[in-house]
Amino acid sequence: MKTRYSFGGDEHIFVEVDEEMSLDAFFKSLSMTNAVRDSNIEGVTEICPANASFQIKFDPDQIHPNDMLAELKKLESTAEAAEKRMTTRIIEVPVYYNDPWTHETLMRFRERHQDPDGTDLEYAARINGFDTVDQFIEAHHANPWFVSMVGFVSGLPFLYQLVERERQLQVPKYLRPRTDTPKLTVGYGGCFSCIYSVRGAGGYQMFGITPMPIFDPEQKTSYLKDFMVFFKPGDIVKWNPIDRAEYDRILKEVEAGTYEPKIAEVEFDLDAFNKDIEGTNAKLKEALNVC
Amino acid sequence: MSVKVIKPGLLTTVQDLGRPGYFHLGIPMGGAMDRLALRAGNMLVGNDEGAAALEAVFMGPELAFEADAVVAVTGAEMPIFVDDEEQQGWTAFEIKAGQVLSFGFLKSGARAYIAISGGIDTPPALGSRSTYAIGALGGVNGRAIAAEDVLPLGQAGTSKTGATVPPELRRGPGSPAELRVLPGLYWHRITEAAQEHFFEDDWTVAPEADRMGYRFRNGRPLEFVEREQPFGAGSDPSNIVDGCYPYGSVQVPGGTEPIVLHRDAVSGGGYFMIGTVISADMDLIGQLQPHVPVKFVKVDMDTALDARHERAAQIDAIRAALR
Repeated sequence: MKTRYSFGGDEHIFVEVDEEMSLDAFFKSLSMTNAVRDSNIEGVTEICPANASFQIKFDPDQIHPNDMLAELKKLESTAEAAEKRMTTRIIEVPVYYNDPWTHETLMRFRERHQDPDGTDLEYAARINGFDTVDQFIEAHHANPWFVSMVGFVSGLPFLYQLVERERQLQVPKYLRPRTDTPKLTVGYGGCFSCIYSVRGAGGYQMFGITPMPIFDPEQKTSYLKDFMVFFKPGDIVKWNPIDRAEYDRILKEVEAGTYEPKIAEVEFDLDAFNKDIEGTNAKLKEALNVC
Repeated sequence: MSVKVIKPGLLTTVQDLGRPGYFHLGIPMGGAMDRLALRAGNMLVGNDEGAAALEAVFMGPELAFEADAVVAVTGAEMPIFVDDEEQQGWTAFEIKAGQVLSFGFLKSGARAYIAISGGIDTPPALGSRSTYAIGALGGVNGRAIAAEDVLPLGQAGTSKTGATVPPELRRGPGSPAELRVLPGLYWHRITEAAQEHFFEDDWTVAPEADRMGYRFRNGRPLEFVEREQPFGAGSDPSNIVDGCYPYGSVQVPGGTEPIVLHRDAVSGGGYFMIGTVISADMDLIGQLQPHVPVKFVKVDMDTALDARHERAAQIDAIRAALR
């Protein structure tokens, strides 16, 4: 891992902790953004953590970009010494894979896709070496995922699967981004899953849809009354595959204001995870069963 | 105190100076694409510079005033009418209860700002009235204005009908428009030849140009420095492990059509960026119509900061002229 600093015009500094994705890079990036927040550097206006990088927006009328850069570099060693442990929550997110709405959309944008003759799921299954789409879907939801970034639009979570690198699923983004994606589409690009919080443009492959809202600007959804955005970096997600009947049932509950996502408090320790991935995941999943 | 929308125009939204502070959640600052024009409009009608006004893209709305007000239209040039009487742009004029404000065809620029004394008083969301349609925040129920909407107005301050912004202070984009870019971010990903021809080529604004970003075409594709793609980035050479996008950053999916992110930017994603349009030139982008020619001009940080100070001085000069 080698940290790289670059100016994004006169108002941003972009810090790439690593070119490639890993939980180590994520934890270091998160620690650095925490250190920036704690150090109250004058002129900082936005602190945005990402998967293996982060970005600081600042007011160059208050602090010269070179001074801002020097301040950030000073924090790197503090961040490296920080504990890679957090108290967080695991959330069960229902997913209706291969649903009719993402299917209609992916057919509409076929000419922007690597494989115009198939579906996104068929393509993803094939290039990851699975014989069937069902096996690929199983691999997508078998283990928990870590929210390593919130962004793109309106509280959209990027998720990284908690498995060995050899078992990570990798899929390219669309050749050219779509201009439309159904709201709450479960997408995939690079090694990341995501949930499209709102309808709109997108470049990720589309695998399914969740009935569970994750962004509500009106804050009417029962579990989004305190704040309109559901996810934050460090959340853990377990996908729960559902069928059309279950999808419709949950949707009705959401509309009636009675739906409550299944959530449990858990500890996540990166060193413990790296030592025993299977055991850590089993414990995470167990937390959902007892809640 | 309110204004009734007779016709909304093509896409007219309530905008102020935006809602910074939520970009880490993917909620962009938003606000007027041409901030100088918004500020000047508000100054002309006696509002706080950050009051909410209407941003009308390519085509003006038709508005019926239900009370007397002072109005100024800045930014894009289009004929302005109060009933049948033509008014001047960048100039405060009076409108009486019962009169209708309307517009002729666009002459230059892309976005007109309609500032009304008292400011538009729709409910703020996350500290701003700016319309962010993607997230359904701000404006009128999170959307652009529509026929029959009634826009509430705030308490008017004092203003002077006939006050005008001196013509030399109404800077718009030239032709070709020059957008200054500070190279950086993933600049090293393209070859030296591509780094040169990106700034040599004549680009044009593509039809896909909106508050989120402006796309450009007709320049040569950018060639990439060969590498093995990092784990997690995806296989296309223009892919990166999804990271943050600066406002003004220039991403080039597939190396073909650059996209400059604007006020309603997506906060991050998986396409590499070759640099960032400097803050002083962001307003200019908001005044570009599709199909107009554009040159990207390479600058360093000192030039970017000088340009920023010049821009601030221009706003100071407008303040002084209207005092």
